[in-house]
Amino acid sequence: MSNIGLLIDFPIVNLKIIIDGVMIGALFALAAYGLALVWGVMNVKNLAQGDFVIAGGYIAWYLANMGLPPLLGIPIAFIVMWGIGWLTYKLVIKRVIERDLFTSLLATFGLAIMFAQLMNLMFGSDTQSIQLDYDTLDFADGLINLPMAQLLGMTMALAMAFGVILFMKRSRMGQAIRATAQDARAARVLGIDTDKVYSFTFSLNAAICGAAGAIIVMAWVIQPFYGITYSVRAFVIVTAAGLGNLPGVIAAGLGIGALEQYGSHIFGIGYQQAIAVLLLILVLFIRLLQQRRNRQVLQ
Amino acid sequence: MKTLKTLGAALVATMTVGAGSALAAECETITLGSAISLTGKYATNGVHAKNGYEFAIQKIDENGGIKMGDKCYNFSVIYYDDESKGDRGATLAERLINQDGVQYMLGPYSSGLTKAIAPVTEQYGIPMVEAEGASRSLFNKGYKYLFAVLSTSEQYLASAVTLAAEKAQESGKEASSVKVAIAVENDPFSLDIRAGVKEDAEKYGMKIVLDEKLPRDLSDMSAILTKVKLIRPDVLVVSGHSKGAATAVRQIGEQKVKVPMIAVTHCEAADVVGNFGDFANDILCSTQWAETLTYEDPIFGSAANYEKEFKEAFPEYTNKTVPYQVAQASAAVYVFKDAFERANSLDKDAVRDAIAETELATFYGNIKFSENGNNIAKPMVLRQIQDGKYNVVAPSEFASHKLNWPRN
Repeated sequence: MSNIGLLIDFPIVNLKIIIDGVMIGALFALAAYGLALVWGVMNVKNLAQGDFVIAGGYIAWYLANMGLPPLLGIPIAFIVMWGIGWLTYKLVIKRVIERDLFTSLLATFGLAIMFAQLMNLMFGSDTQSIQLDYDTLDFADGLINLPMAQLLGMTMALAMAFGVILFMKRSRMGQAIRATAQDARAARVLGIDTDKVYSFTFSLNAAICGAAGAIIVMAWVIQPFYGITYSVRAFVIVTAAGLGNLPGVIAAGLGIGALEQYGSHIFGIGYQQAIAVLLLILVLFIRLLQQRRNRQVLQ
Repeated sequence: MKTLKTLGAALVATMTVGAGSALAAECETITLGSAISLTGKYATNGVHAKNGYEFAIQKIDENGGIKMGDKCYNFSVIYYDDESKGDRGATLAERLINQDGVQYMLGPYSSGLTKAIAPVTEQYGIPMVEAEGASRSLFNKGYKYLFAVLSTSEQYLASAVTLAAEKAQESGKEASSVKVAIAVENDPFSLDIRAGVKEDAEKYGMKIVLDEKLPRDLSDMSAILTKVKLIRPDVLVVSGHSKGAATAVRQIGEQKVKVPMIAVTHCEAADVVGNFGDFANDILCSTQWAETLTYEDPIFGSAANYEKEFKEAFPEYTNKTVPYQVAQASAAVYVFKDAFERANSLDKDAVRDAIAETELATFYGNIKFSENGNNIAKPMVLRQIQDGKYNVVAPSEFASHKLNWPRN
């Protein structure tokens, strides 16, 4: 394995791989965080998660092409996707929320296909991106590069994650969301309008995804059918971290980013997605072993 | 409005030519059929191809149509949208042949769709001239009725290897000292490109130092670029459609990857100059055709004239270069015209035999088919992005500019 040899001969490359991984991992974490929210609060596993991300990207890209400053695309994508999320909730999610798992899986799967095809019709199938005129910082004889666009994206992703955590802890709505997640029935008894909580949660999730997409289009590229990539990562991360464990989601997001980069360095970039899925299987297996050890009473 | 004006001008022009074209109004119609991607993931290029077909039909009409004996004909095409799906394409081909009674077909867009439709046209013995399917796997099945005007895909970037060998020798080194890095997507088209590059590299005894497959949903290739920095190859070849071109050019620029020669496919589709500006400088891009080439023919004039008149007819292309997908579609229609006139018959087998014997100089390049139906008379062209412009640098007999080497 000459690829491993390179890692040993040039130890600094390890640092570069981790940095590259953490950069993209921060965005995986954002999408995963939204998924954890919806999953935990509403028990809906949203398969259209990645398509929300890409939709946010296209909103930012469209605005940048209209001549707006690219960075403004992030808050606007957040707001527009909030609206789209709210509409999706009212039209589809609301009707499947009380149903069994498969109904909601099928519904969100349908949404994912619809979103991807709509974007294809509206924006065409070519890859798109926004180029920011920022420089790249170099370290270690140019072996480590930090493109400012990616650095900016990661900072904003982390800032937003922090903001959402704060919101969940401090605000009334955040408390209501957490109460609903713990026990929807009890929350309703105590006067919390759970329907409002649900619609708020789903809109917030779409908005977070949208902002993540707006960052992605500035640092990487998007295409109408790229949603699935982000959906898969989000599922792996949430499964690994568990619901209701926000720092865990962020750590798992950064971790999976780094592991993927390592994997694609050693086995080849063609296996990048395979590595993500392999990790999912591994996580599920470990979880299974853990649960064997502490058996619980059936609820 | 502009289209109308040019049409009017053309009409006046043909009227003044006199008797020969006065017949144009009484020409009969030859109906061609085509399943083409007007929606779905290939829609952009599908529409390019359709515009190319339509423009050629219009030009042939203006030039007096297809002359067979004392009769004359004009083409008209029945189009169906294949939605960029192979099974749909095959169904539509059956429909064109069985229900619409089409006897001659123009190709769809992409190798995949051509692969789906070719068995159908073959089964019914319908000659198909295609312009948008380059995979060489189309031409080893022994198809008798399939003809392609474009160069097959293994030739797309192979000339970059030759160019690297020339440069190495110029600077006093052995061609075999050149180190080649390959990063291609795992699809038939890109794997052909890889095979072509590897074959040529082996011919010179070059070493392949990196050989990676890009994923279908590529958006980050920093893992490969890090290796490129460590291994320091002399040539880097990237093929992954427009996402490959966009990702490669952007990240090569961002990560300041220095390789003396970088060759990429689909630069125009990804609009790397418009999107990434200076990052795209000195990158080599392969193309089937360029408007600066010195080819010409009596219908379309020179390559430059083709571009000019096409833009007049389709004003939506005014501010961009006309993609080669358009030009080769026009060339396919021209092949049919030439074959009908030589066959002097509407019989599909006679037309097929006439196509097989085509030896035609066109604005798009020379066209002569091998036994397998691919065009062996036209080379691929390499252009280098120099100060934001695409300049032809290889093969040397068509080169309008000198190669900038080494890159930065």
